[in-house]
Amino acid sequence: MSVVTSARAPRLGARRGVPDSVLGLAGLAGVAVLFELVPRVGLVDERYLPPASVTAAALAELVSDAAFWQALTSTLLGWALGLAIATVAGVVLGIVIGSVPALRAATNSTIEFLRPIPSVALIPLAVLLFGADLRSTLILVVYASFWQVLVQVLYGVADVDPVARDTARSYRFSAVSQVRTVIWPTALPYVMTGFRLAAAVALILEITGELIIGSPGLGNAIATAQSSGAVATMYALVVVTGLLGVGVNVLVRRTERRVLRWHPSVRREVAA
Amino acid sequence: MTAVAWGRKFAIVAGLPAVLVAVWWFATAGSTSVYWPPLSTVLETFGPTWLEGRLASDVLPSLLRLAAGYALALALGTALGTVIGSWPKVRALTEPALEFFRAIPPPVLVPIFILFAGIGDGMKILVIMVGSVWPILLNTVEGVRSIDEVLRDTARCYRFRRRTRLIQLVLRGASPRIVTGARQALSIAIILMVISEMFAATNGLGFSIVQFQRSFAIPQMWSGIILLGLIGVALSLIFRACEARILAWYQGQRAAQR
Repeated sequence: MSVVTSARAPRLGARRGVPDSVLGLAGLAGVAVLFELVPRVGLVDERYLPPASVTAAALAELVSDAAFWQALTSTLLGWALGLAIATVAGVVLGIVIGSVPALRAATNSTIEFLRPIPSVALIPLAVLLFGADLRSTLILVVYASFWQVLVQVLYGVADVDPVARDTARSYRFSAVSQVRTVIWPTALPYVMTGFRLAAAVALILEITGELIIGSPGLGNAIATAQSSGAVATMYALVVVTGLLGVGVNVLVRRTERRVLRWHPSVRREVAA
Repeated sequence: MTAVAWGRKFAIVAGLPAVLVAVWWFATAGSTSVYWPPLSTVLETFGPTWLEGRLASDVLPSLLRLAAGYALALALGTALGTVIGSWPKVRALTEPALEFFRAIPPPVLVPIFILFAGIGDGMKILVIMVGSVWPILLNTVEGVRSIDEVLRDTARCYRFRRRTRLIQLVLRGASPRIVTGARQALSIAIILMVISEMFAATNGLGFSIVQFQRSFAIPQMWSGIILLGLIGVALSLIFRACEARILAWYQGQRAAQR
């Protein structure tokens, strides 16, 4: 550990001058300028890639449109609902399977087989069962994010200190208090990792479902804009999905730090 | 005794899958429901549907597009990532922009690239590449950045040549992170392979499955879902074999440290 800190110290010092945040903003501004200039000078057809200012104007127009807010709300609701179901199911099943060795051994091969099945394979089935409905997309979101949580929880439960586990058993802790006092604190960092991965995957699948299946949301709005030739609106919506993605990342990272503020990994970061 | 042990091991690995398949088989055995055809019917249609012709006309093109897009993403991601990771200034300049591009859900690229490249192979390869390059790129940056400073100085003191330093120090040192990124990228690439074909295509695995669904050829659709699942599993097994080879030194080192 000391090697790492001593190795980083001189580099931090050497970076004085322009602060990183300013450089980052400059980078973002550079990208915007690039997207303005490339179509303006004719490198790319303006019909395919409108200049950044046109996209920004379309974005401003979207913000005053009630349909846009409706689409955004459905996307967020679908994402949150799917993520919540997947997280609860993943944590409960993970703890049950993880704490019974026989169960863990018996389910291992099945989990390893089901996990890499791409969730988009379920799209036709979902469409048959529910049509272009919210539930079709929800199935995709839940299936894809469930494995992320489950696998991390399994790692977490396997990581429990055997001495602590045996101690709890010797003192005849009930199953519930064993989970609460021994398993949960050890597994929590893993749960949060799984939650972070699942949150990103859930957003991808939510948008995918809307795009392909046509359930209401931003993805559907993008497909509509594309087929009706509203290119600037389409780009504006894509920017919104990107901002949504960044927002989700920031939010989840904050939650992670808050939930794990007692944990050494987070405390060390703050102290450093 | 060893035979018994082997038998036990086999029962543990194959037990639950066998039970699940049996449940599926018997639960749907007499099924007259349109949506849930008997598993036996699905398996019977599997051969005629996929092995006679469609393997070359649909499955192979899909896999080739996937391979091309993924290979391009790997090359581009590691190359750019190494450059960005080696210079802190460049990293500070580009990181927020890269984080933004990474946060855009990759499937929305499909309608964009249709504008530029039509619905041909080029569009799909491009979508797969652009969609799956971000995890590789950002993980490479992180991996290159966190290479042990002592190792770096040692390489400098011994006057490693540029090429040797790049391959033996930088890429080697970053490879655990690159592999992590490549694993995330693979599942995104598979999603994009299917999505780009479902959205607009004239052939391919995703295209065929959606065609079956729209024409209510339900057993064929089920066989397609099974095939897609098998491909996903096979690719993850191949990936794991490659990972074990590439990271053998790393796993050994970690095991020794424990």
